[in-house]
Amino acid sequence: MTTAISVHQVAKRFGSVEALAGVDLAVAEGEFFGLLGPNGAGKTTLISALAGLVRVDSGRIEVMGCDVVADYRAARRQLGVVPQELVFDPFFSVRETLRIQSGYFGIRGNDEWIDEILENLDLSSKADANMRTLSGGMKRRVLVAQALVHRPPVIVLDEPTAGVDVELRQTLWQFIRRLNRDGHTIVLTTHYLEEAESLCSRIAMLKAGRVVALDSTANLLRRFSSHALRLRLAPGALLPPAAALRATEKDGICSLSFDRFDEIEPILAELRVAGCTLEELEIGKPDLEEVFIRVMHGLQGDRG
Amino acid sequence: MSGFRTLFYKEVLRFWKVATQTVAAPVLTALLYLLIFSHVLESHIRVYGTVSYTAFLIPGLVMMSVLQNAFANSSSSLIQSKVTGNIIFVLLPPISYREFYAAYVLAAVVRGLVVGFGVLVATIWFAPLEVDNPLWVLAFAVLGGGMLGSLGIVAGIWADKFDQLAAFQNFLIMPLTFLSGVFYSIHSLPPFWQQLSHFNPVFYMIDGFRHGFFGVSDVSPWLSLSIVGACFVLLGMLTLFMLERGYKLRN
Ligand SMILES: Nc1ncnc2c1ncn2[C@@H]1O[C@H](COP(=O)(O)OP(=O)(O)OP(=O)(O)O)[C@@H](O)[C@H]1O
Ligand SMILES: [Mg+2]
Repeated sequence: MTTAISVHQVAKRFGSVEALAGVDLAVAEGEFFGLLGPNGAGKTTLISALAGLVRVDSGRIEVMGCDVVADYRAARRQLGVVPQELVFDPFFSVRETLRIQSGYFGIRGNDEWIDEILENLDLSSKADANMRTLSGGMKRRVLVAQALVHRPPVIVLDEPTAGVDVELRQTLWQFIRRLNRDGHTIVLTTHYLEEAESLCSRIAMLKAGRVVALDSTANLLRRFSSHALRLRLAPGALLPPAAALRATEKDGICSLSFDRFDEIEPILAELRVAGCTLEELEIGKPDLEEVFIRVMHGLQGDRG
Repeated sequence: MSGFRTLFYKEVLRFWKVATQTVAAPVLTALLYLLIFSHVLESHIRVYGTVSYTAFLIPGLVMMSVLQNAFANSSSSLIQSKVTGNIIFVLLPPISYREFYAAYVLAAVVRGLVVGFGVLVATIWFAPLEVDNPLWVLAFAVLGGGMLGSLGIVAGIWADKFDQLAAFQNFLIMPLTFLSGVFYSIHSLPPFWQQLSHFNPVFYMIDGFRHGFFGVSDVSPWLSLSIVGACFVLLGMLTLFMLERGYKLRN
């Protein structure tokens, strides 16, 4: 397989902030790749560097083998970017916006493809509406449409589902999945980790400008354990110290990871001794959120 | 090449869609200047011996409108795009910095010429006016508009906020255009101010432009053309240098 995106030792500072501290990444053609990390991790900076919106201090980036600085014209033709910020040009209608965007890429008479994109993003009825009159979610869809006018083989989406309703999220993912099946490489950043878990085949986690985890989603999920024991304690109850150490908590559910089922008994025994009352108990697979939290706390996992 | 064409088209469409503000308003402003100044000064002043004050004023107002509107077009378009963030739409496609420059400057020239023409049509009824040499008229209008369009790019990129752009406009563009001989022949000025005017490139634009109408001017049109041409090239180089480095745009 060829490489859709390769990032070599890329560093970028903003004053005293080290936004990217030597990032190395490669995304293969046809991949559905997730770029995760907390606020300020450097995801948008990396995407901006990829798109030529910021110049990096050192390192090299290629899109489909084209250097984004030396061969920027070819590189930008290969790349469609959905920016994180909700931006639009209030002077134009949806269709005008898309026609102009096509023209910037040297494409004329693009209406057939524009209509298809509009249809797929459920925007057909708004084609002639002025951008100003659209709701936030609709504006976001137009941003997606704008990134696709030139049929780029590589599509990068920076938090495309922020502020988007459930229904559109479904339509959007259906559409993006189809593009991926048709051979487009997709790079996605999102703070909805279930979304990343179900969509991405490989994931990079970024923290303070560094890649702290880079693996297939399946391997990442297995990194710390094979199973997870999820408990909801009665109000006021606390986990005993030994169990608390290996637990992560979210929405009142404590999650403990384990590899073999015979590890459950000692845990439960410990809880009983400590006098904890359980309201709910569930055994399942560890989810990406648990893995994410552990990685961000600096754990590497002994199985990865 | 088509990226350039679309960007140029978009820039023209942008001001044309709000033509009341971008074309009609400056034409009205120029007309008011003409009515007031010519009413007050017509009977007192004669220029170059034979030219009536109103006839003298008209080309000055036309050229001033060309310059101010060329500047306004590129600068306001860029600052709006930067502040709202939609500048990203022209930074993502494969548009070179030269195409970017050419599209913004050319659209600024078009806006300048459209407004200038509007001012001419609105004011020409007030005094007999003949065109001695339309080539001078066109050359100075295009070069002057191009130069101010270029300056508009510099200002639009440099300014981070609207008030910084307004400062640029109030403290640089307005004094340069008002103190350039739009409303008077610099020969009527005291020697010190006359000398100072010779350091103002806008003076040569107005003077050369006027020469196209009357066939007479304060300085030779060839001198004006050389100075305006040199300023245009220098400013163009500076602007292209800024764009190539991605100053404030790609950072
Ligand atoms: N133009 C800029 N000037 C100064 N600092 C910046 C600039 N852009 C980004 N930064 C800083 O660089 C760091 C990385 O920011 P970036 O936007 O890449 O984060 P992110 O991972 O996209 O975060 P989020 O999830 O919040 O979108 C942050 O500390 C941010 O403050
Ligand atoms: Mg971001």
